[in-house]
Amino acid sequence: MKFGVVVFPGSNCDADCLHAIQTVTGQPVEYIWHKSGSVDGFDCIVLPGGFSYGDYLRCGAVARFSPVMKPVIEFARRGGMVMGICNGFQILTEAGLLPGALHRNKNLQFLCHDTYLRVENNTTPFTCRASEGQVIKIPIAHGEGNYYADPETLRQLEENKQVIFRYCDPHGEVTPEANPNGSLNNIAGICNEQGNVLGMMPHPERCAEAVLGNTDGQLIFQSLLDFWQRRCG
Amino acid sequence: MFQAKIYVTLRKSVLDPQGSVVRKSLYALGYHNVQEVRIGRYMVVDLEVADRAEAEKQVRDMCDKLLVNPVIEDYTFELVEV
Repeated sequence: MKFGVVVFPGSNCDADCLHAIQTVTGQPVEYIWHKSGSVDGFDCIVLPGGFSYGDYLRCGAVARFSPVMKPVIEFARRGGMVMGICNGFQILTEAGLLPGALHRNKNLQFLCHDTYLRVENNTTPFTCRASEGQVIKIPIAHGEGNYYADPETLRQLEENKQVIFRYCDPHGEVTPEANPNGSLNNIAGICNEQGNVLGMMPHPERCAEAVLGNTDGQLIFQSLLDFWQRRCG
Repeated sequence: MFQAKIYVTLRKSVLDPQGSVVRKSLYALGYHNVQEVRIGRYMVVDLEVADRAEAEKQVRDMCDKLLVNPVIEDYTFELVEV
């Protein structure tokens, strides 16, 4: 299984993603420059966190028109696995691969701390290693992670089980206090209707090694590999 | 040549955290009659096109494609000949 990590000007979690994927899955992983016109040969594409194009205009709005996004969108439409983390999630919503939008945190602060997430759907390529309702601890680091979608879109997301992660307390209770940024329905991560595109604000690549004091992030990378091996094995 | 003055604001249905902080600040300054504050973005775009209809079409197109995120934002614009 070959992973690709897209590098936009201003990405700053690309090296972390590459390292985490390599360490956790042991699979080949390469950077994909934003000017690349092809993603041929890759089985999973990761859009990493950071501040692509300095977050000018809106987070992800300019990156969405990078040359690489055309083949990434085609890859996703063909069912390829695409994961956007933080700024990557913002890019995916701007690109129309995921519904809704991420805007300023309710308290207007840049938030950088651990959060607890409840796995709401463990049937996706990104969460198949988890048990349903499992609580994991993953850090966030963003100023614009406040998830918004209109009521109809939100209803569809819930109905199709496209909400993958919800901010919760350490016991898995989804409470207003556990919601760091004002996201509707405590949403921390969603997938598309087909289930092959995931966007999440928290950073699993920052907590995927024992030396970092937390290995909960491994779950997502291990799930991707498991899913791939089951499908292709 | 035409100049487009584009005003982008968060849609009514979207909470505007900056706006509500500023409203509270204005209240603290004694402006107790302020009902609501919405904060947005103002863009000025100069276009080298011959007629107004074409300018209008292009600006609308730019807004729909890049300048505005219709999920959370609304926009209006004015066109002036310069």
